[in-house]
Amino acid sequence: MSSDDQKPVPVSPADAPAAEPASETTGETGASLPALERSVMGSVGVALMGAGLRSARPLQKIVLGSVGAGLAAMAATGRNPLATALKIRQTGDGEVLVSDGVTIGKPAQGLYAVWRDLPNLPNLMRHLQSVEVIDERRSRWTVKAPTGTVSWEAEITADEPGRRLAWQSLPGAAIENHGEVLFRPAPGNRGTEVVVRLAYRPPAGSVGAVVARVVGEEPSQQLRDDLTRFKREQELGFAPTTEGQSSGRAAGGQA
Amino acid sequence: MKAIIWQGTNKVGVETVPDPTLLLPTDVIVKITSTAICGSDLHLLDGVIPSMEKGDILGHEFMGEIVEVGRDVKKLKAGDRVIVPFNIACGLCDPCQRGLFSACDNSNPNHRMAEALYGASGGGLFGYSHMYGGYAGGQAQFVRVPFADINAHRIETDLRDEQVLFLTDIFPTGYQAAEQCGIQPGRDVVAVFGAGPVGQFAARSALMLGAAHVIVVDRVPERLAMAEAAGCQTINYEQEDALVALREATGGRGPDHVIDAVGMEAHGHGPGALVDTAKQRLRLSFDRITALRWALLSCAKGGTVSLPGVYGGLIDKVPMGAAFAKGLTFRMGQTHTHRYVAPLLSRIESGEIDPSFVITHRAALDDAPELYRTFRDKHDGCIKVVLNPWA
Ligand SMILES: [Zn+2]
Ligand SMILES: [Zn+2]
Repeated sequence: MSSDDQKPVPVSPADAPAAEPASETTGETGASLPALERSVMGSVGVALMGAGLRSARPLQKIVLGSVGAGLAAMAATGRNPLATALKIRQTGDGEVLVSDGVTIGKPAQGLYAVWRDLPNLPNLMRHLQSVEVIDERRSRWTVKAPTGTVSWEAEITADEPGRRLAWQSLPGAAIENHGEVLFRPAPGNRGTEVVVRLAYRPPAGSVGAVVARVVGEEPSQQLRDDLTRFKREQELGFAPTTEGQSSGRAAGGQA
Repeated sequence: MKAIIWQGTNKVGVETVPDPTLLLPTDVIVKITSTAICGSDLHLLDGVIPSMEKGDILGHEFMGEIVEVGRDVKKLKAGDRVIVPFNIACGLCDPCQRGLFSACDNSNPNHRMAEALYGASGGGLFGYSHMYGGYAGGQAQFVRVPFADINAHRIETDLRDEQVLFLTDIFPTGYQAAEQCGIQPGRDVVAVFGAGPVGQFAARSALMLGAAHVIVVDRVPERLAMAEAAGCQTINYEQEDALVALREATGGRGPDHVIDAVGMEAHGHGPGALVDTAKQRLRLSFDRITALRWALLSCAKGGTVSLPGVYGGLIDKVPMGAAFAKGLTFRMGQTHTHRYVAPLLSRIESGEIDPSFVITHRAALDDAPELYRTFRDKHDGCIKVVLNPWA
């Protein structure tokens, strides 16, 4: 594949207002770790490496094994290679930043409209259970959590049709968070770049963020999956699948 | 139906499995009339490609007749005779629209795995590990073909299966390898490392594209003989120093372009090769790179190193200094098979090439496990195996 597609597109000043959250905060990685965190990392890391080596599923083998090695290395060195490897970005005051983008071969206006329909957001972002509109600006967001559900109120802080949508949790939210979705024309008539930026305060601090990532519930992977699914829904109208195909596995239940 | 199943490292078997069904409205089901074993299947057999699972149906070079058609399929109907290239493309995304079918954004349901390893996911492949989608392959009696309007190509001539089957992979793969060298007709000398099926087609494609001279390097006598039959010069690297022989054959310049049609299969000599093998066993490095090193060291200044041979993981001790000093261009990647089907089919129809020359073994599907071993061990003069699922 050619590499001529590389194009860091600067966000225009108009897209970055003064009180802008995720896009303006400086991410820090590689900070040294407190002793307690190091020992937790070490034991979790070694356990994961073991799980990875034992795992029957090849992907788990690769992912668990390497993540475990990363955690163990992090504990041993007191530095945070894993934060870089796993792209866990944190602000100075402990907010976790998550961002990703996808290019979709469709005009911005229609893509924006899908996101602006707040009750539809759980179809785009799978960790959401529901979004209920309260009024013009306010809405109630509910996410699935291991312990049940967590709800908070959020308000829309910016709404530029076809270009940008931003929101922020209202004071008192269980998970303080804010985010934005940008819709920019992709160069060369390739459709629209959809960029999502989220910032949140993880309940269990940075260990919580790393463990969540390893277990697969961390928002960064979730976001990438969400954006890929959105692109495929828009470009194909469905998701590709092998669900239910024939194989030599009795577990397929078709034999 | 009967299918060839990956049962674990170095274990394949014939099993009876459920017939495939339409899973999406854009699918068709093909009754397979001919299917081949590919050199890259050997990478699955020996376990160097990650993310195979026991029970996977192998095979990505197959053709047959459509027996069932999803309701959103527009260009095909039951009874059509089709070849099905190994890449699964959606036809709608930007890479597909640009003809980069193997880079399809949308056809791999397991994009996450490839992203974790490679930073981005290419398109799905038939029968080629879960990282590439986990799609059931075509060493079977039937297969489900997704995005059928793009991925199944109707064959309307009365050419035999054997003449068109290799449009699914090895002919386009060899051709793309030669094409991307940018051969200047009548002037450029091309060397091909590896005289397996892809190397054979790469060498012939280089000649079709006007190469002044083609030199094929391998160690297996019958493979070298097959290349000689096409008008190539050959070098047996077990009998002479390949790098010296290439300098001699090119008046000291080195070949203008070098095609490494070996990938992970390279057998090499010397400590470098031993280190690679040891690392490969330890899974620290997936690839053996003797051929790649030779390619970089032998290639003429300003030349192209073209890599159709599959690389799956990390490599080290790559002589990047040689590549830089000589200003080499690298070209590589999975073949964008779909774009070559029509032009290469017309070369076959015109009689310019008959791809069946490469077949050495014809057998029933039941014989596949045995023939996997024969092919892997290069026994019995085995170069290309074609299986009949209904024999
Ligand atoms: Zn193949
Ligand atoms: Zn595509």
